[in-house]
Order: sequence, then structure tokens, then C-alpha cells
Amino acid sequence: MSFNDNLLIVIAASAIFYGTPLVFAALGEILAERSGVINLGVEGMMLLGAVSAAWVATNVDGPAGVVLPLALLAAMIAAGMGAAIHAFLTITLRVNQIISGLALTIFAGAAGLSSYLANIWNLGQAPIVNQFNRLDVLGLADMPLLGPILFHQTLLTYLSWSLVIGASFYLFRTRAGLHLRSVGESPQTADSVGISVAGYRYFHVILGGTFAGIAGACFSLSIVPTWADGLTSGQGWIALALVIFGFWRPDLMLVGAYLFGALSSLGFTLQARGVGISLAVLSALPYAMTIIVLVLVSTSSARRHLGAPAALGKPYEREER
Amino acid sequence: MGITTRRRSFRKAGIVALSLVAVLGLFASACSSSDDSSSSGGITKAAWIYVGPINDGGWTTAHNAGREFAAKELGAKVKTTFKESIPEGPEAAQVIDGLVKDGNTIIFATSYGYKQQMQDAAAKYPNVKFEQATGDDITTGKAGLPTNYNEYWGAGEDTLYLSGVAAGNASKKGVIGIVAPFPIPEVIRHINAFTLGAQSVNPAATVKVVWTKSWFNPTLERQAAESLVSSGVDALFSHQDGPAAGEVAKAGNLPWVGYDSDQSGSYSSVWLTTATYNWGPYYLAKINASSDGTWKADNYYGTIADNFTSLAPFGTLVSGATKSSIDSQLALAKSGGAKSFGWFWGLQDRLDQDGAVKIKKGTSLTQKDLYTMSYFVKGVDGSAKG
Repeated sequence: MSFNDNLLIVIAASAIFYGTPLVFAALGEILAERSGVINLGVEGMMLLGAVSAAWVATNVDGPAGVVLPLALLAAMIAAGMGAAIHAFLTITLRVNQIISGLALTIFAGAAGLSSYLANIWNLGQAPIVNQFNRLDVLGLADMPLLGPILFHQTLLTYLSWSLVIGASFYLFRTRAGLHLRSVGESPQTADSVGISVAGYRYFHVILGGTFAGIAGACFSLSIVPTWADGLTSGQGWIALALVIFGFWRPDLMLVGAYLFGALSSLGFTLQARGVGISLAVLSALPYAMTIIVLVLVSTSSARRHLGAPAALGKPYEREER
Repeated sequence: MGITTRRRSFRKAGIVALSLVAVLGLFASACSSSDDSSSSGGITKAAWIYVGPINDGGWTTAHNAGREFAAKELGAKVKTTFKESIPEGPEAAQVIDGLVKDGNTIIFATSYGYKQQMQDAAAKYPNVKFEQATGDDITTGKAGLPTNYNEYWGAGEDTLYLSGVAAGNASKKGVIGIVAPFPIPEVIRHINAFTLGAQSVNPAATVKVVWTKSWFNPTLERQAAESLVSSGVDALFSHQDGPAAGEVAKAGNLPWVGYDSDQSGSYSSVWLTTATYNWGPYYLAKINASSDGTWKADNYYGTIADNFTSLAPFGTLVSGATKSSIDSQLALAKSGGAKSFGWFWGLQDRLDQDGAVKIKKGTSLTQKDLYTMSYFVKGVDGSAKG
């Protein structure tokens, strides 16, 4: 065994690989929630993205450089359409955001539209040929320590890193980001200075949805890689928890995503090395950690302190001003 | 928010919920499928309960092919229905109730975890025949089983022993990783048989077992396979309903034995072989028996000689010498007689992980021995308790 088969390096490398869909999904949800709209439809949107990407990758012939971007685009469009429904219901019709988001996940989710589409499209019969494989960046994949962790990931991981950097810059260093945060904090104030509350909310809910679509495509184009009903297996819910876990900040969320990613395969890695530990305990850990964080931030003063957008979950009605 | 607006948003929530229910209802009716819509007299209605989706590329795909075979052979004489991705446990009872209400007179449940619900239903509906795949209660003599409840399964361990021969020859280090679902006797005896097969060509061969606690979850299967590869195995066997471990094998260019479906096409560069099951003739026979009144609970255990279990086509990694050695053992098993079933268990003293003799040289195992096997043989690295 080489140095890079060291337990900690293996865990770190797989944390990033399996944390990548969480990064996309949670980043999208951060953008939506920063605008004041909570979207519990992440799991459903991920499955819509996964099934659309699988359809394109199965049915479009061509080199990977053409097929994969098309598949990602399809995933973004499909999940973005799901998000647009949520945006219309919650922003224009001012339906309760929790109910609309849950409806989206149930409607699009594992026993709904995504498996129905997969059935009529006859997906899942064979593995997808064009996949996002792990790359050997700059020939450094075998470099001790950092090679497997930083230079042996898929293109999706590098895309997620650039989006996290971009989103952090956008949120905290640009005028539009400032406007976005003000819409989420105090829509009345934002409205009074001429910022379009509905416009910002629509844009960021739908943009967040497209990110969830990429998260779903991570499964059907890279992790699994084929279609299987419910293949995201609840990762959308973990992503929702991650938003709180990361206090609505992309950089902290990234850390949380990799922590959860590490836990997802830690049980197997320990089993394979003869360390007896209950798989049930390990797979429950992310949820237990989430509950602890939720309890810690449950008081409204703590939430304010930790950065929850003040208007999160509240529909905005102009005439109430 | 004023009281009127609050009431209005509640009303909207109600509309959303109602339309959701309506849409889901449409999908539910679209998803349950049947082959034939005619329903006059003389038609047997047969139903299947699947643990995975029909496109899992393994276990459920094979059962569904069996259903399609029976439906095709019987034509208008049968109306078949299936329910896919049904969770094991109490939820299955409702699915069974629904299938009985729809007039199905023979129901096949294709995963171990349905057996309690199937037995309960058999007691409740004495005129319906209940067929439980991979069940072990008749063999182990469970008291009070209804007479309209049967169990059926096949000697997959025989073909997995031969797959182990292929893997033992293909692994250079003699360390093979196994991605395994649940620590139940069926899986334990399969792992033991596979290990003994590998040791028949490389006495020093060992296997490492990682449990996924799932029949079909591609992400977990992949993670388990990756963890085995990073711990130093140089060949893989995945006892799962899907081929996700094949991706890991392909990425690491490691020889791979799948389970219950031929993946030689999609994974030609790493494929060895595996045990496959041919369910169709059994389903055909039992539907016929139930319509002409000759059905009985026969606790069926299919073998290589029955053509119930067979080996998937060999991949290119299997050498000519290995092929001919496996083929000659397969031919002996096919010829019937004493060598047709479980011939390998008593070839020599078989020890468990602690070195205690569990099977004496020259003895053969009964179906009950097989169905209650709860120990790993020497050379298995992992816990038989999961």
C-alpha cells in the first residue's frame, strides 16, 4: 500500500467527492434563503436534475465534452423549472413556503415525477458511458498527501469550488449581493429604496434551483452513475441542514459539506480496515449533528446573531407597509 | 399579516395540497402496471412484489424477466401485475392486501424481508397462494405455517463457488473484497461458498467483507467498494442488486464478480462472471399449478441441474485454463446425481474463523444446514454479525 492509502487521506479524498453534491445543493439554498425564501424542495429538484441529466447522457451521442455540458444544462433547466413553480407559489401567490417546498419534493421526488420520467424514458438499464471521472490535474494526482485530496477530483468538484468563491464574493462584496441580503433581512426597507423584492426573490430561488439540479447530476453523472429511483437518498435534506450548519455563509457551509461527506463513507472505510463500529451510529451522525445545531440556533436571538435572514419564510406583501 | 390574509394563505395551502394529492393519484395509477386488460373467466391473476425497481440491473430485473417469460408463455390465460420498490416490513402488508382485493390468486414476493407479511396474509386469505422467494421458514421447521404459503429459492452458492474459482485465479494478491448487503444466512453461505471457491485455487486466499445493510443503494455500494480497494484488495465481488461496484472495479482496473445479472457487456474490461437465476420456468409452473388445482407448498430449491442457477458468461479476464476447470465442474453438476448440488462443502474439513471444524470432510450439507449457516469460514475477514 502506498502512502496515499493512509486512512486519513482516503477519508479526506472521499469527503470531498461525496460532499460535492451537498456543496451545490446547499449553495443554491443559501442564495434562495438569503433572499428570504426557504425552499424545502431541494431533494425533489435534485432528483429532477439527476433524471434529466441521465436522459441526456443516455440519449445524446457525442464526445464527453459535448454531452456532459448538455446534460448539466438539462439538469439545471429541469430543477430550475421546479424552483420556478415554488417561486411563483410563494412569491406571487404568497403560499406558505414550507408547504410549497414539501409539495415540490413529494411531487418531483423518489415516488413522483422523477421515477415516472425515468420509467417512460427507460433509464437505468445500463451505466452511463459519458461520466465525470476523477481527473489527474497537472499530473499531481499521485502526489503524496495533497494529490488524492486536491488534484484527483472530478470537474464538478472544481466547479463547486469556483461557485463557492463566486457566491461569497457576490454576497459580501457586490452591490447586488448587498441588495439580495437586504431583501432577505428587511424587504420593506429594500422596497422603499427601489429594490425589486419579487425580482430578487424570483431570480435567486430559480438560480438556487439550478444549483440543486447540478447536485442531482453529480449522482447520475458521477457517483452512481446511472439512474436509480431516489438515487439522491435524502442528501437534499442534509443540504438544507447544512445551510443552517454553515450559518448561511458559503465558506462555512463548504466545511460542513465535507464533514458530512466524510461521515457518509467513513463507516465502510473503517469496516474494510477491521475497525468494528456500528454503521447505524455513523450514518445517524450527520442527522444528530444537525439536530444539535438546530437546537443551538433555535432561539430567535441566536438565529439573528448567527446570520439567519430576518425575513426568512415570510411572504412579502407590499400593501402592509 | 392580518387575519384575512392568513385565512387566504391557508386556503391557498389547501388548494396546493389538494392538487398535489390529485397529481400523485394520477402518477400512482400510471405507475402500477399490468400486461393485459381483459378480465373474463378462466384467467389467472398473478402478482409480484419487488424490493427494487425493475431497472435495477440485477435482482429485480431478473425476477421481472421471469414474470415476463410466464406472461408470454401463458398469453391470455394470465394477467400479471407487479409492484416495485416496496419496502420490506409492515408496509408490504398493505400492498399484499391490495393485490388480493384486485383478485390476484397467486402472489410472489421476491425478497426475504416480506416473509412475515406473506405468512400473515396466507393465514388471512386461505384461497390465495403465497410464494415467498428466499424464505427459510419451511426448511427450518417454523411452527404453524399456513398450507397456502410456499418458499422458493436456488443454490446460488454452487455457482458462486465457481465464481470464486474465477476470482481466486484473477486476484494476484489473493485478497478479494466483498460488498455484502445484510448478514443473513443466505448471504453468509454465499460468501462462504465464494471464499471456498477462491481457496480451491489459492489456499491462502482471503476475503474482506463490508456490509452495506441495503439490497440496492448505488451510492453505498460504490462507497463500500472504494473502501475495500483503498484497504488493499485487488479483486471485488459485490453481492448487491445493482452493478455500482463495477464502476469502482473499472476505475481501478480490478477483476470483478457481480451478482445475479450478466454485466459482461457494460463492464467487459473487468468482468469475471457470477451466479444468475432463471426464475421464469418456476413462475410458469406455479401459475399453471395454481390454475389447475395441483399447487402445493413444495419448498423449491433450484439447482444447476434444474437450469435454475447458472453462471453468467465469462469476461475476457478469465483465462482459458480457469474456464475449462470451471466448465468441467459445471458439467459434473449439470449431469445430476450426488455431485449436482453443494458438492464442494465437504471436499475437506471446513473451519470457521476461529479454527473450529464446522463441516467434516466427506459430509454433505442439508438444506437446513445451508439455511441456518451463521458463521464465516476461515479466510473471511469481517464479522458474520454485520
